[in-house]
Amino acid sequence: MGRIGGTGMTDLLFYALSALAIWSGWRVFRVDSMIRATFALMVSFTSVGGIAVLMAADYIGVATVFMMAVEMMVMGLFMVMFMMNPAGLNPMQMVHQYKFSIAAGVLGFVGLATAVLLTNFPDNPLPENRDTLRDLGIELLGGSMLIFETAGVTLLATMVGAVALSSRRGRFGDSDAGAAPPGLHPGGEPAGRKVEKGGGHGGHGGHGGHQMNMEKTKQDSSDDPHKGHGNMSETEA
Amino acid sequence: MTLTAILIVAAALFGIGLFGALSQKSFVMLMMGLEMMLNGTLLAAVGFWAFTLEGAPKGQLLAILVMAVMAVELAIGFALVVAVYRKREADVIEGIGTMKQ
Repeated sequence: MGRIGGTGMTDLLFYALSALAIWSGWRVFRVDSMIRATFALMVSFTSVGGIAVLMAADYIGVATVFMMAVEMMVMGLFMVMFMMNPAGLNPMQMVHQYKFSIAAGVLGFVGLATAVLLTNFPDNPLPENRDTLRDLGIELLGGSMLIFETAGVTLLATMVGAVALSSRRGRFGDSDAGAAPPGLHPGGEPAGRKVEKGGGHGGHGGHGGHQMNMEKTKQDSSDDPHKGHGNMSETEA
Repeated sequence: MTLTAILIVAAALFGIGLFGALSQKSFVMLMMGLEMMLNGTLLAAVGFWAFTLEGAPKGQLLAILVMAVMAVELAIGFALVVAVYRKREADVIEGIGTMKQ
């Protein structure tokens, strides 16, 4: 582990890890395969963890690497389970509002960098012989215990929420049974706009229930969700 | 390694994440954009702790909170992806033009 303000080796490692973090972060949104994007994001997180270790935040750095490794594995699994085209084998358009997004990203970077360069930050670096790990432990289970415990309860609530959101049905019927607004008259159609069915299926080639979905979208084509979704469905039909 | 350099790297990561979150169609790729923005935030938090706080441990606590936010975002995000896919069979953002039932 390094100490800040140290040798040229620390600097060299920092610049190498920064370059790796930014390059792999850029690759996340440029590669065709979503699985590769997941691993690129993992490399980016690992590099940031390495930079944190260089800054003597050992615990944060190592915890970041561990947490992100697990998270990215889950993400990769989800890509394969749910997403269109996870391996990038079908050529299709995966982005929208491209120019606007580039402009927003560049503007965000330039704005933040300008703010960084124009601000005079206080210069109180980490003392040379401070035991940061011990500090963190005392803080977590001492002065800031309430904050730490609140984070724990928040994670518990998240687990409950995730289970409730993703369960198919609860004890009293479908999990979203209470989500429909009441009818305009007893037993009638629910109020509000009609839900779009079968949206976003442009990329699923050779899919079992596809024909049925196509018919459904033909029926309620008031605002067509298939507009500009790749060209797989047209060639199939 | 200076604070300015670290914050500029963090700003670059944030900018890339913003671009990704706005440009990607797929829900999971959108969440990856959000994660990338939080990645930059984490780096900035650790940088501020190391260079401006004389090692006050509350800075590390902030970084841990950022990591907790990442975990919450990911878990709820995946649960929403599952719910939306089950209900509407949608896996891209254009698939849910209406949020109402």
